[in-house]
Amino acid sequence: MTESKQFCTFYLHDLFFGVEVLGVQEVIRYQEMTGVPLAPRMIEGLINLRGQIVTAIDLRRRLDLPARADGELPMNVVVRSDDGAVSLLVDEIGDVVETNDRDYEPPPETLTGVARELIRGVYKMKDRLLLILDTEKTVDVSTAKSRTPQQGS
Amino acid sequence: MAAYDELQKQLIKDLLIESSEGLDRFDREMLALEKGQGTPDTANIIFRVIHTIKGTAGCLGLSKIESVAHVGENLLSLLRDGKLTVTQPLIGTLLAYADALRQMLRCLETQGNEGDADHSTLLAQLQALAEGKATAATAVKDVKTGSETPAQNWGLFDDEPVVAPATTVQAVHETSPADSVLTNTPSATSVPTVAVHATAPSAADSAIRVNVEQLDKLMNLVGELVLARNQIIQHSSATQEAGLIGASQRLNIITTELQESVMKTRMQPIGNVWAKFPRIVRDVAFELGKKVKLVMEGDKTELDRTIIEAIKDPLTHIVRNAIDHGIELPSVRVKEGKPEEGLIVLRAFHEGGQVNIEIMDDGRGINVSKVRQKAVEKGIVNSEQAGRLSDREVFNLIFLPGFSTADKVTNVSGRGVGMDVVKTNIEKIGGSVDILSEVGNGSTIKIKIPLTLAIIPALIVSSGGERFAIPQVSLLELVRLEGETAKRGIEMLYGTAVYRLRGQLLPLCYLNKQLEIGEGRDAGSASVVNIVVVQADGRQFGMIVDEINDTEEIVVKPLGKQLRGITCFAGATIMGDGRVALILDILGLAQRANMVNEVRDRALLDKTASDTRSTNRQTLLVFDASKGSRMAIPLSMVARLEEFPRSAVERSGLQEVVQYRGKILPLIRVADHVSGIQNTIQSQDPMQVVVYSEQNRSVGLVVGRINDIVEEAITVKRDATAGGILGSVVIQDKVTDLLDVSAVIRAADPSFFNQEVEQTVN
Repeated sequence: MTESKQFCTFYLHDLFFGVEVLGVQEVIRYQEMTGVPLAPRMIEGLINLRGQIVTAIDLRRRLDLPARADGELPMNVVVRSDDGAVSLLVDEIGDVVETNDRDYEPPPETLTGVARELIRGVYKMKDRLLLILDTEKTVDVSTAKSRTPQQGS
Repeated sequence: MAAYDELQKQLIKDLLIESSEGLDRFDREMLALEKGQGTPDTANIIFRVIHTIKGTAGCLGLSKIESVAHVGENLLSLLRDGKLTVTQPLIGTLLAYADALRQMLRCLETQGNEGDADHSTLLAQLQALAEGKATAATAVKDVKTGSETPAQNWGLFDDEPVVAPATTVQAVHETSPADSVLTNTPSATSVPTVAVHATAPSAADSAIRVNVEQLDKLMNLVGELVLARNQIIQHSSATQEAGLIGASQRLNIITTELQESVMKTRMQPIGNVWAKFPRIVRDVAFELGKKVKLVMEGDKTELDRTIIEAIKDPLTHIVRNAIDHGIELPSVRVKEGKPEEGLIVLRAFHEGGQVNIEIMDDGRGINVSKVRQKAVEKGIVNSEQAGRLSDREVFNLIFLPGFSTADKVTNVSGRGVGMDVVKTNIEKIGGSVDILSEVGNGSTIKIKIPLTLAIIPALIVSSGGERFAIPQVSLLELVRLEGETAKRGIEMLYGTAVYRLRGQLLPLCYLNKQLEIGEGRDAGSASVVNIVVVQADGRQFGMIVDEINDTEEIVVKPLGKQLRGITCFAGATIMGDGRVALILDILGLAQRANMVNEVRDRALLDKTASDTRSTNRQTLLVFDASKGSRMAIPLSMVARLEEFPRSAVERSGLQEVVQYRGKILPLIRVADHVSGIQNTIQSQDPMQVVVYSEQNRSVGLVVGRINDIVEEAITVKRDATAGGILGSVVIQDKVTDLLDVSAVIRAADPSFFNQEVEQTVN
C-alpha cells in the first residue's frame, strides 16, 4: 500500500515546484500590488484579495533564483499559513499532480543554501523532478533574513 | 440613595437575564444527563449555574432565592463529585427545583419581591436526596431523621453536603416509579409559574447573548461594506447620472448608520470595568489605614470592548496609586483642614469622538520641586533645564520609565510606580495621558482614548508615488507653502530641515526619504511644499509629503507577520480604488527619524519659553464673517472646517441645512446674527463652514472666508459693542472681534442648548 498525495505545481526559473494542494487557498492572476517600504527584499507587496490584505512573497527572490525578465507577470499562489493567507509569486502554474510515495526521496545532501532549508523532498516524476516546498518555512521570512542578509530595498 | 437603587435595579436585571439563561442550560444539561449523554463536565456546568444564582442572589440580599439555591447546590455538589448516581427521581426533583427558582425570579421581575410560594416540600425532598434517603414520589421523610445517619461522619457542619452510601442510592433507583418526574413537581411552584408566564416579555427576552466572534465577523463585513461604499462614491462622483448619484448617496448614509449600529453592539459601558473599583478602593484604603470615598460619574459611557479590555489594568493602577500616594492618612488630612475621608472621583464622558476618563483625588498632589530635583539627580535634565520646565512638564516627567522604579520619588512626589507602563498601554490604543496637580489639593489624571480601533478617520497623503494613511489622532495641522515661501520656508541646519511654525522651529522629515522610496519632490525645486504636522509621544514634528489627498474613514487591517517588524506601519487598509495603502505609525516613524528623543528636549524647552512669555495664550481661528469684518473664535470650539457647494443646501422649515456625515447639519449665517455687519456672502459658492459640535449635536457657522489660525495672548482691548460679540482684540496687528458662539447659536436656534441640557440630565 503506497500513499498518494496531490500537489499544486508551478514553475520558477527552470525548476518545477509543488506545494500540497490542501494548503492552497486559490490561484489567481497577477494583481496590482502596493509596495511596502523598508520590507525585506523578497516581499513584493500587498494585494487586496476580496477585502483581505495578503502579503505577496516573490519566490524567485525567496529561493535565490535570478530575477524575472521585465514584463513577465507572475501568478499568485495563495497558500494558507498559520498567520493567514500569503501569496507566493511564481512564473507559471502547472497542473495538480498526484504523486506516489514510492517516488519520494529527501533532498540530496549536496543541496545547500536556502533551497536546503525550504525544500522538503523530491518526487521523481516521469520526465522531471518535482521539488516540494515547505510552505510554513517559505512564508517565514524572518529565517531568511538571518541567512542572507539584505541590503535593504 | 437614588444611585444605589439604580444600581440594585440594574444588578437584578442582570441576575434575571443571567439566571434565565443559566436555568435553560440547567434544563438542557439535566435532560442530557437523564438520557445518559452527560459528559464529565455536565454535572459541573449544572452546579456552576446554581452556584452563580446563589452567589448573586446573596449579594443582592435576596435571601429566599439564596436559601433555596443553597439546598440544591448541596445536592449538585454531590452529583458533581460523582457521589450520587443519576436517577429518575433525582432528575425530576432537580427540574422541579429549577422551576421553583424560575418562579421566584419571575415574581422578582414582575412584583419586585421573591414571592411567597412555599417551597419547603421541595427543599425537603432535595435535602433527603442529598442525604441519600429514599424518596417516593410524594412521601417526604422528616429531614432531621435523615441528617442523623450519615451526617455524623461530618458532625461539625450540618449544612455540608453528605456522602451517600452507594447502596442507598441504588435503593432509590429501584424503588422510584418511572413517572416520578411529573409527580415530583410540587403544585405550589407550578401554579404561579403558569400565571406569570402570560405577562409581557421579560427582561431575559429583551436581550440575547451573542458570540463575540460573531460580532467581530459582523464588524469585518461592515468594514468591507465601508470600503465598497468608498469605491462606489468615488465612481459616482465621476458620473452625471442622477439615479446613480442618488442611490450612492443613500448607500452612503445607510452604510454610515449601519457602521454606527454595529459599532454600538460592541460597545460596553465603562461601568463594567469600574464595577470592581469600590472593592479595590476599600481594600487598598483599609490596608493603608486610609479613609477613601469613591465617586463614579458617567459609568454608562460606552467604549469598544477591545478598548475596555486594554484600559482595565492602567485604570486599576492609577486608582491604586491615587490611594497609595495621593490620599493622605486621616490624621494628616484633619491637620491640613481637609475632611478625614479622602475623595477619589472617576469620571468618563464623550467629547469630540473620543472618550475622556479622568481620575481625580483630593490628596497631597505632586511636589513639583522634589520631582525637579529628582530629575536632575537622575540626569534626565540638567539643573538649568529643570529650572525652566513648567509645572506641567514636570508632571509629565513622571511618565518617563526611569522615574517609575525610583521608590523615593514615588514616596515624596505622590505618583510614579509603573506610570510609564500606564502611558505606554494607553498610547498603544491611540490614547493620551495628561496629568494635572496642585500641591495640597490633589491630582487629576486625564486620559483620552478613541471610541474604537476598527474603523478610524485618517488623512490620505502621497509620497514617492505611494499613498499612505495617517490616523487622525496623530494629526495636528496641515501647512502648505507656495511660491516664495516654499523655497525659503524650509531652512536647513546641519542637514536637518526645520520650519518656523508660528515662531517656533518645527523639525521636519521627508516621508519618502524615511521610507526609502522613490524620489519625492525636492524642497529646493518644488513650487508647493505640503507639511503634515503630527504629534507623537507628546512631541510635534512635520512630515513633508508630495500631496495631501483627503480624509477618509478607513478600516484598519493587520499586516502579515512578515511585515510586523517594520515599526513605521500600523497596518494597512483598502482604498476606494481597491488598492492597498499602508497606515503610518507616527510614533514608529518618529523613532526611525530620530524625532522623538531629539524633540523631547526641544519641545520641553520651547514650551517653557512660550509659557514664560505669556500664560494667557490661545489658539484662535481667524475668519471674515463678511467682507471687512474680521472675527475670531477659539480653535478648541471648532470641530472641523468644511466647504459645501450651494447646491447641497436644503431647507428644513425655515432653517437652512446640509447633509453631513449621515446627519442633518443646521447652518447659521454668522453675519445675520451679529448686529452691525452687512451680509455680503449670501451667494458665495462654495460656502465656508465652521462646524461647531457639542454633545453629539453640531451646527455649521457660515462665514465669508477662513483666514488663519493664530496663537495669541488675548487681551481684550474693547468691550462688546454689538450683540453676538464678546469683545475686540488685536491679532496680527489688526482689530479682530471675538465671536460669541453660544449667543449666535442661541439667537438662531434657541433650542440648541436646551436639548443639550436634557441630554446631559438623562
